[in-house]
Amino acid sequence: MKSPLIVEPMFHIGPVPVTQPVVATWVIMAVMVLGALLLKRHLKQRPGKVQVVAELVTGALDDQIRDVVQSDPAPYRVLIGTIFLFVLIANWSGALPGVEPPTAHLETDAALALMVFVATLYHGVRSNGFIGYLKTFAQPTWVMIPLNLVEQITRTFSLIIRLFGNVMSGVFVIGIMLSLAGLLVPIPLMALDLLTGAVQAYIFAILGCVFIGAAVSEGREAGSPERSAP
Amino acid sequence: MTIEEISVLSAAIAVSFGALGPGLGEGRAVAAALDAIARQPESAGTISRTLFVGLAMIETMAIYCLVVALLVLFANPFVK
Repeated sequence: MKSPLIVEPMFHIGPVPVTQPVVATWVIMAVMVLGALLLKRHLKQRPGKVQVVAELVTGALDDQIRDVVQSDPAPYRVLIGTIFLFVLIANWSGALPGVEPPTAHLETDAALALMVFVATLYHGVRSNGFIGYLKTFAQPTWVMIPLNLVEQITRTFSLIIRLFGNVMSGVFVIGIMLSLAGLLVPIPLMALDLLTGAVQAYIFAILGCVFIGAAVSEGREAGSPERSAP
Repeated sequence: MTIEEISVLSAAIAVSFGALGPGLGEGRAVAAALDAIARQPESAGTISRTLFVGLAMIETMAIYCLVVALLVLFANPFVK
């Protein structure tokens, strides 16, 4: 059986080996960018069907982000929304024949989680200032500094492993079922895989949102008593 | 027993015990969420969102065990 941890290169561009997840990622990116451009070109005051759906999705995303961050969702909409849509499309792309979801490989998930990590730092520094954000690491007391530092690493790592493990196990189970009984038997599992993919995309986006919201609001809470103190 | 046989056995043990705890935990979480929704149907949205995030957190433990099992099977450092 093929190891899910190793990716064989499909073809080479010069000295650079190109693997299947890279191709799938670029195709998904192209589809998303082209779709967004098409949607942008046909924006109207009286929306058509496609625009209504797009506005519905954006509104739902905004509501979720507002619930978590407890403030205006505008600064986080682009990142969280793009991550959600990308992970969703990537997870569901496994339903197409011959395509393996790029999120079933560790590298894609690592890149996504790294983006969330950098965005957490960026929004923390942006809303609290550099010193103010550093102070949040000593939040209850200074004893918590090592724990808070470790937490930053482990939660990013668990974000990677969660998405990887869920999507990869779905692909793996379908592969095993296919080798046992080919016709029609894996269909319920594939349906379950679609559900898992949607839930995991939601979870990934919401957790990224929670991390960013915590980085933003912790500073607010840490800053207020100091300002009120004489 | 060779190192390969031990690896296969330990992968099975890791997944089986790793599925046990999260299974019990998820059952309790869903039961508590259903109870809460039955008491307060108007807050079903908030409860189910928190439930999904919590379930994903619990499920991560099982996924960790799965990843350890895969490491043991496919990327075992002791198998030459």
